[in-house]
Amino acid sequence: MLVSGFGSISTAINIIATILSMRCPGMKLSRMPLLAWLNLVMAGMVILAVSPLTQLRSCFRSTVTLAGTSSIRRPEALQPFWMHFFWIFGHPEVYVLIIPAFAFASEIIPVFSRKPIFGYPVMVAATICIGFIGLSVWAHHMFTIGMNSYANSFFCVYDNGYRGPYRHQDLQLARHDVGRKDPVQDADDLLHRIPAPVPDRRLTGVMMSVAPFDWQLGNSYFVVAHFHYVIVGGILFCLFGAFYYWFPKITGRLLNETLGKLHFWLFAIGFHLTFDSMHIPGLLGMPRRIYTYEPGRGWEIWNLIETIGVFVQGIATLIFVANLVLSYFNGPKAGNDPWDAWTLEWSVSSPPPVYNFASIPTVASRRPLWDLKHPEDPDSHYE
Amino acid sequence: MSATTTPLPGIPGAWKLPYRGKVGMACLIFAESAIFTIFVVAYLFYVGKSLSGPTPREVLETPIFYTVCLLSSSLTVHFAGKLLERGRRGAFLLLWVLTIVLGALFLYGTGQEWHRLIYEHGLTISTNLFGTTYYSLVGLHAFHVTAGLIMLSIVLFFGLAGRVGPEQSSRVDVLSLYWHFVDAVWVVVFTVVYVLGR
Repeated sequence: MLVSGFGSISTAINIIATILSMRCPGMKLSRMPLLAWLNLVMAGMVILAVSPLTQLRSCFRSTVTLAGTSSIRRPEALQPFWMHFFWIFGHPEVYVLIIPAFAFASEIIPVFSRKPIFGYPVMVAATICIGFIGLSVWAHHMFTIGMNSYANSFFCVYDNGYRGPYRHQDLQLARHDVGRKDPVQDADDLLHRIPAPVPDRRLTGVMMSVAPFDWQLGNSYFVVAHFHYVIVGGILFCLFGAFYYWFPKITGRLLNETLGKLHFWLFAIGFHLTFDSMHIPGLLGMPRRIYTYEPGRGWEIWNLIETIGVFVQGIATLIFVANLVLSYFNGPKAGNDPWDAWTLEWSVSSPPPVYNFASIPTVASRRPLWDLKHPEDPDSHYE
Repeated sequence: MSATTTPLPGIPGAWKLPYRGKVGMACLIFAESAIFTIFVVAYLFYVGKSLSGPTPREVLETPIFYTVCLLSSSLTVHFAGKLLERGRRGAFLLLWVLTIVLGALFLYGTGQEWHRLIYEHGLTISTNLFGTTYYSLVGLHAFHVTAGLIMLSIVLFFGLAGRVGPEQSSRVDVLSLYWHFVDAVWVVVFTVVYVLGR
């Protein structure tokens, strides 16, 4: 715990110092790719959320254990206090996971929509808001433990408030889908469907944040369904998308398009089979963390569908892995810039040389590579 | 690629970015502040909730002298950095040694207090809630002082070897930033443990 904590914190410090102090000439904060912006926010959350956990769980606990009888376990110390401390880490941690995934989406979607990112400053502002608010709503994980009604009301109202910036981020990304100029090239169809599960996952989040609702469904399968919807639907789809987008840059080879489409459709179907149906036994009262149950409660059919969905997802993932391996050895050459993208990594060879750039580039707009390709109409004219 | 080297319009002449050492240290200080906040909140939350003695009022003595030592070491480290920037190595080393001595004195004071608490009053980390939170909070701070002293000593070692000159002053500034933070935290710990918590 201590070691991994130190690892996360020093990586976060590294990310922040690199982003703030090592930008190339002209790369103002207002011109940074959203990928860098979102990771900056993520690293800030790591610094504030992970360090107390590292310290508490490892140092504090181990000193107490070393000292013999733990006075923290005395009756007078048994209070929800330690749960607060855990969730002060636990909630921001979800955002630490998902913000880099959003970062991928906000790089990929504009490129394949053939439009510059819509509402860049608002995206940045929304992400910073998510960062701040994400650090301060932890107690919505604790509605069921008997906090007083003031605490419940506060976290309930506050929590619903912060859906605002979040919804905004989704809408910004979804807007790219409206009126796309170009038919999408090959496997990146797939990337485009990333936002599909987004609205549903936010819906269950809003439901869980209402304290009385939570009292009914806390510790049920509904909760399990909710966070799998977020993690798989939000993060995993973006991660797959990032693989398809950057694999050619990393290896110099394109992935196979047919296998990519097969992977996407199978995985999407399996995802919805498993996690859509998981909500229902939760509503019917199935608790989480059980390994068996009595028949006749109406849970069987839903659990069967879930299991089928899991196998479909498993097959899809195997196809994906096979695609990675086969394309690594036999895929068509990608060239420097297979997607006609705009950020600087696409200006160097694939895979990039170890020194990245032979000479440090200078930047005059948010789409430096567009400027180079279109000297007659560079973005820098509009800034 | 040659294309990327083509100069583009609108490039500012002087491209200045913050020093990365300072940015990194600032981040570390934010992280450490989060840790100390948690420990301070834990201390305040459990104040007066111990079911058995000894209580802070009975056993704690305000360590004024050692506090003055630690706080004045912030001044000496600051002026040491200034002197190094101007190239006065001898004076720098003198103030640097003074900083280490003041920091070590503070640590000695903490050790003495712990010795007294353990052997005269029988207060250990597992005696009661006060013991647990007190040794955790003050111990966490003492740990940071120790880490700072080790880093200060490494600089002193290189300084005596003649390796620390004005060109290193920005690095030395990063270290003194950490030391200022350790002192600032003591102001909070002092207020919480010796003023509010009694």
